[in-house]
Amino acid sequence: MRKVNVGKKILSANEKYALKNMQLLASHKILCLNMISSPGSGKTTILTRTINELRDKIKIGVIEGDIQTDIDAKRIEATKAPVIQINTDGACHLSAAQVNSALEHLPVDNLDLIFIENVGNLVCPSALELGEAGKIVVLSVAEGDDKPAKYPAIFAKSKVLLINKIDFLKAVAKDDFNVERVNTDARKLNKAIEIFPVSAKTGDGFANWRDWLIKSVKKSRV
Amino acid sequence: MHETMVAENLIAVITNEAAKRNVKPIGAKISCGKLYAINDEALRFAFEAIAKGTPCEGLKLEIEHKPIRARCKKCNETFEADISNPKCPKCKGNDFELLPDAPLLLEEIEF
Repeated sequence: MRKVNVGKKILSANEKYALKNMQLLASHKILCLNMISSPGSGKTTILTRTINELRDKIKIGVIEGDIQTDIDAKRIEATKAPVIQINTDGACHLSAAQVNSALEHLPVDNLDLIFIENVGNLVCPSALELGEAGKIVVLSVAEGDDKPAKYPAIFAKSKVLLINKIDFLKAVAKDDFNVERVNTDARKLNKAIEIFPVSAKTGDGFANWRDWLIKSVKKSRV
Repeated sequence: MHETMVAENLIAVITNEAAKRNVKPIGAKISCGKLYAINDEALRFAFEAIAKGTPCEGLKLEIEHKPIRARCKKCNETFEADISNPKCPKCKGNDFELLPDAPLLLEEIEF
């Protein structure tokens, strides 16, 4: 029995595509954000409101990842933003190769910002880089305030935490969802994370999120 | 469930590396950072299922989880971060930056 040292990256096939995506996005000065959350946290509603509210300021395109259906792509289409739907047929995450072929079909010459809406899942998508400039994690009030403690990886890796459905806060007891607890737990592993409590339904808190996006898009243009 | 994707990639890499050396692999050691959230049982299960009929069938897998490392912004100490309650062991400060997670790496092949 013999052993040989290899030292080879297991996900190098994905990394190759992630790098390609990153280079393509950089050459067009596009900011790309990878949105990750549990199913039903409100990612698509956040996107439709964001697109509508920033219509005159930022040209936004969307890559939609779902196991099945084009339900989400149709909702984005209704805003008139360009959208490509990827169906993963059972896979719990998007790969950089899938994003690469979606990018071929988006009008990259005419976009400032691309959102990748990953498959609803708080664990698996955080393991695969897609070539994005940053990750946005969404946590909705109905999911409970213990998620940063229970699923630390995605909160450690994200640039922004959107606490969505804050209009539900008045319906739940303070010890069911304590915003302070979420802030504290998320910042334990990620001091720099930006946290914006929002309601994609009412638009509450969206001004801060919009400002952050405008600032970040400006940065990627230089 | 991303372990299935990791297993697929791992089998491709081992098969390729073993073929390059013209050996039949019987074991492999891999390592990964804790933020990859790899569950050993799920990875072994997926590996075994996908490896059937490939040169990796029956291969013994050893998995090492590398700790999360962080650098204290106050005293510059580099330390292993306890994911549930990270704190600098030297100055007890909690302002630190996480260092990049260790990659998913095929460390060695046994044949």
